[in-house]
Amino acid sequence: MFKMRRALVLPALGLLLAAAACSGGNAVNKPQTDNNNNAGGAGKYGYKIAVVTHGASGDAFWSIVKAGVQKAGSDLGDNVTYESDGDPQKQAQLIDAAVNQKVDGLVVSMANPGALKASIQKAIAAGIPVITINSGAADSKAFGALSHIGQDESVAGNAVGNQLKQAGVKNAICVIQEAGNVGLEQRCAGVKATLGGTVTNVQVDNNNLPAAQATIKAKLQSDKTIDGVVTLGGQVAAVAVNAIADAGSTAKLATFDLNADVAKGVENGKILFAVDQQPYLQGYLSVQMLTLYKSNLNVLGGGQTVLTGPTLVTKDNAGQIEKLAAAGTR
Amino acid sequence: MAATTTTAAADERVARVGLFKRLVVKPELGSLIGAIVIFAFFSVLSDVFHSANGIANWLDPASTLGIMAVTVALLMIGGHFDLSAGVQTGTAGIATGLLTTYYGMNTFAALVLSLVLVLAIGFINGYLVVRTKLPSFIITLGMFLMLQGLNLGVTKLVTNTVQVNNFDQVGGYKVLHSILASTVTIAGAPFQIAIAWWIVFTIVGSWVLLKTRFGNWIFAVGGDQNSANNVGVPVGRTTIILFMITSFGAWFVGNAQIVRLTSIQAQTGFGQELIYIVAAVIGGCLLTGGFGSAIGASLGALIFGMTSQGIVYAGWDADWFKFFLGAMLLLAVLSNQYVRRFAEQTRR
Repeated sequence: MFKMRRALVLPALGLLLAAAACSGGNAVNKPQTDNNNNAGGAGKYGYKIAVVTHGASGDAFWSIVKAGVQKAGSDLGDNVTYESDGDPQKQAQLIDAAVNQKVDGLVVSMANPGALKASIQKAIAAGIPVITINSGAADSKAFGALSHIGQDESVAGNAVGNQLKQAGVKNAICVIQEAGNVGLEQRCAGVKATLGGTVTNVQVDNNNLPAAQATIKAKLQSDKTIDGVVTLGGQVAAVAVNAIADAGSTAKLATFDLNADVAKGVENGKILFAVDQQPYLQGYLSVQMLTLYKSNLNVLGGGQTVLTGPTLVTKDNAGQIEKLAAAGTR
Repeated sequence: MAATTTTAAADERVARVGLFKRLVVKPELGSLIGAIVIFAFFSVLSDVFHSANGIANWLDPASTLGIMAVTVALLMIGGHFDLSAGVQTGTAGIATGLLTTYYGMNTFAALVLSLVLVLAIGFINGYLVVRTKLPSFIITLGMFLMLQGLNLGVTKLVTNTVQVNNFDQVGGYKVLHSILASTVTIAGAPFQIAIAWWIVFTIVGSWVLLKTRFGNWIFAVGGDQNSANNVGVPVGRTTIILFMITSFGAWFVGNAQIVRLTSIQAQTGFGQELIYIVAAVIGGCLLTGGFGSAIGASLGALIFGMTSQGIVYAGWDADWFKFFLGAMLLLAVLSNQYVRRFAEQTRR
């Protein structure tokens, strides 16, 4: 009985593969050529630079930061490593490990500055220059970091609030996809500060997008006066488009962060605009700046945060950005 | 002849039981009452909640959860967990997405291949559990972590991003969309077709459990493996098939998601495995196996769907969302437990 079944499985698989080989029309996403990692510059600095962030693996945003880090590494001929852990204590341990390896430079994102303070100061005491990226602008200088590269979440929120106000939005919801994330709360608060009208926060789960869609729809159904939706991540923006259509709502949609679907949505008018904080720059610039510091003692920013955002993606530039987003660099 | 009748009447195992008692000892009764209470509760708080639009809305998350809850309930009655069930939905969707949009495979061939892939995962889960006799909790936890890494690693390797998109441009998408993701308008509200699939899964699941020999095997294996083995139940085969049924559910849900959203994320389904188990437990499944029902699991999913959307309709502060969700679920389980204890008392 078992043998007979096994005898059937192989030819069946063979047939499948044959069927697959016959049709090529489905390949709408052409396999990416490795435009990300091809050598651009001919730098041969050879510095060992460790990047330790709090981004979850699989997070769209942090995968772009990582792409920027790797590109800078290959452009400059630096030896870069990228590690991440969302748990502050584990992130601190990763920093300690990098210090033990005597790296030439360290890049850290500080979602939880207090927990990382000791490790960062240990690095600085060991003579390793540190640059902080993304979060932790307020503590960066005090901890002894060279500079901070990132976006001020409140400033970005303000920008979104202003834009929506101009579009006539008075009652907006702000969709938070990660409970307890300080940065996301700041964005919503920033929107509220400049919009002037009502802003209500809504919680959804980033890992269950169909349910997120249903929740946004529920909110739109329960309050018909909602005329604006702000999402805080590209993946949620895509389902918010559907939710607004399903609910028969005319609410205007704006989003933080970018991906190919968002760029497409902006292009065809379903999303009013997107705010990009250019994560690629946060990865690329941090490695570049450390390299410049090691080789020429240059420091950028003059003690102020080097801002990578907010930049607006609107109908005018969405088409070009869509291609870059599909390649994983925007 | 008169003698036989008296013996039969004296045997309490075949005694006739009244309708009320028969209803009350069903595993799903507690969750049915829970569902009615939750429905009434949110209906009072919000008018939209019990309108056609509102019902269509909360049935939507309940439906995909329900499909998984039914397959997970069968597995749990058989005495096992599958912690990899959630990420398997991602694996299935990502496999279909990559094979079509990047490698140009025929859409339906890709669906079959993705089914073969997840069934193989289910087989490995089951085979390892049967062979090693280790708790399924540990085996599937390993599988869960491996698949999580695999989903992300492969997606990034092929796409350079963390999602597979443009699935709406593949051949046969329209057909798939009408089967898996279209809506049916009833009373002016759009109901997801997945709700119909959920009902199909529930009916088939119940039928298998209650009317087939395989169903008896499931209860026997979950109740006591050794005695099941001794009376000739193929314990190994039953266990492996149960894991493969769960994988089949994941295949269905994962592919329904990529069809509906036209894209799928590398982290899809992560964390959902616990929600499936929660739904099955609210529906009366015992964590120790041997007891439970498919309808109960579906009602558990219904309670979860109503609660998660009801909180939004009620307009409660979003910061407290998880607290309310947890409290409602705890209430549902407690009332369920209370009803069951009452049921067991009446049974005597």
